Amino acid sequence: MSATLEVKQLEVAYGGIKAIKKIDFHVNEGELVTLIGANGAGKSSTLRALSGLIKPVGGKVTYKGQDITGVPSHALVGLGIALCPEGRGVFKRLDVHENLLMGAFARNDKAQIMREVDEIYGMIPRLKERTKQLAGTLSGGEQQMLAIGRAMLAQPKLLMLDEPSMGLAPLMVEKIFEIIRLIAKRGTTILLIEQNAQLALEHASRGYVLESGEIKMTGEAKALLADPRVKEAYLGG
Amino acid sequence: MNSLLQNKRNQIIAIVALGIFLLILPFLAGMLGQAWVRILNITLLYVMLALGLNVVVGVAGLLDLGYVAFYAVGAYVWALLASQHFDLHYPWWVLLPLGAFLAALAGLMLGAPVLKLRGDYLAIVTLGFGEIIRILMNNLDKVSLPGGDTVYNITNGPRGITGIDGLNFFGFKLSKGIEIFGLPVSGLQLYYFVFLAFACFSVWMVYNLQHSRLGRAWQALREDEIAAKAMGINVRNVKLAAFAFGALTGGLAGGLFAAMQGFVSPESFGLLESVMILAMVVLGGMGHIPGVILGAVLLSAMPEVIRYAADENVQQKVFGFVVVAPEVLRNLIFSLAMILIMLYKPAGLWPSPERKAELEGDRV
Repeated sequence: MSATLEVKQLEVAYGGIKAIKKIDFHVNEGELVTLIGANGAGKSSTLRALSGLIKPVGGKVTYKGQDITGVPSHALVGLGIALCPEGRGVFKRLDVHENLLMGAFARNDKAQIMREVDEIYGMIPRLKERTKQLAGTLSGGEQQMLAIGRAMLAQPKLLMLDEPSMGLAPLMVEKIFEIIRLIAKRGTTILLIEQNAQLALEHASRGYVLESGEIKMTGEAKALLADPRVKEAYLGG
Repeated sequence: MNSLLQNKRNQIIAIVALGIFLLILPFLAGMLGQAWVRILNITLLYVMLALGLNVVVGVAGLLDLGYVAFYAVGAYVWALLASQHFDLHYPWWVLLPLGAFLAALAGLMLGAPVLKLRGDYLAIVTLGFGEIIRILMNNLDKVSLPGGDTVYNITNGPRGITGIDGLNFFGFKLSKGIEIFGLPVSGLQLYYFVFLAFACFSVWMVYNLQHSRLGRAWQALREDEIAAKAMGINVRNVKLAAFAFGALTGGLAGGLFAAMQGFVSPESFGLLESVMILAMVVLGGMGHIPGVILGAVLLSAMPEVIRYAADENVQQKVFGFVVVAPEVLRNLIFSLAMILIMLYKPAGLWPSPERKAELEGDRV
């Protein structure tokens, strides 16, 4: 099976400072792969480079065999790659429904879009209760749900999630991960960037541990969870 | 259902009433003097300017402090191509579209280098752009090509361009006025109706833009640029479109301004004008067309009304002597009013429900 996303020797630098030092990883079709690491390990830099928000200084990113290194973000959507950005990035002055529709901006099959919006409402009932509410007035967790739902409306084959648990209460984090699990079950390939290593590894099939811009460990998520080094560094002993 | 119909009917009645009011307004103003008709006309131009700037600032969220540059481009296109200056006399149906087009082009020229700038930085560059256009107009009176000795006078510099052709519909000069069924309609009043038509056109255009796919992209851009990219929006093109479309109505208003005034000079297009137009958008209610129109009407009419109220004679009557010079008092009252509005109505006088909810805390 060829990888959906393949990253080879990726390098990211800000000015002269290297944030990512030649990392390799891949995500196979239908997999939920997580990239974990502490603050400043380079998780977000990696995702930014993958999603075309910044240009990598070196390396190659391929998606289904196609070179997408440095392809601008907006063009990735058409290829089937959706990004759920860090800090959620909901459109605060638009209501929930409008936010979801914005996710389908690049599409014009209106009837199908409406069906999928209903599907999202089915999957995340909390959003249905708040259709007409401005996104800026939602709680952090609800905003995250909205951001994920919105990303799904781009009909992604590959969904990239940037720290969906950031700043959320534990109970809400559980709910967010439940939604992610549901999406994965439906066959969407997911790359999950997370600081919450425990939860991320519990839900993922495989994981990569990023540390100061380098991949330090990789393997089955279960194995990583049990690994004493991971335990010590990321899971609080 | 019944109340919905009722609502619809009330709306139609309101629109018809507003229409009738707008049609008789120049005659009411005419009774006070033609100067008041001119104020009305200028107000309509400001409505167009504010609507254009609203696209850039209110809808797309790009702070532009040099908007008056596009007004200047439109005005100078008309002034140069329809006056004694070059002895060119093109008709309005060439000049207005050309002015709007060149203004839009100027919008693109401004937009391209500032694509990556945001907030304060964007404001500074746009401010500079506005000044560049004004300084160009000021200095393009002594242009010589490298190596050549001939000096060309393009804009006539700070002296400005005089003797500009007015609006002229197939040989009929609007400025002459007309008599309809014994009712004399002055030239300025005729201009009013033309300006009103163009202002309505601007409202129509901006409304449709705002509710189009492009309009939604602008909103997304305003709310969150990265998320907008993640939605598949080509942020670069969408930004450029905002600058171009915003500039378009500015250019149109500029041409109309030159035609009515018969005189343009760089002085009319200073930074203060840009700030004024921005204030109309912000005070009225960013991103909300009725609010922006209200802002434009208030801010362009208010100084004139205050000028009248702060008149020396009025002060003489009330206090027995002149307390403050009228010009000073006028600015004082005007600034005070703006401060008060922003303190008590931070989202503007007539904000969109979304912005009101966001800034004033109540949920929609």
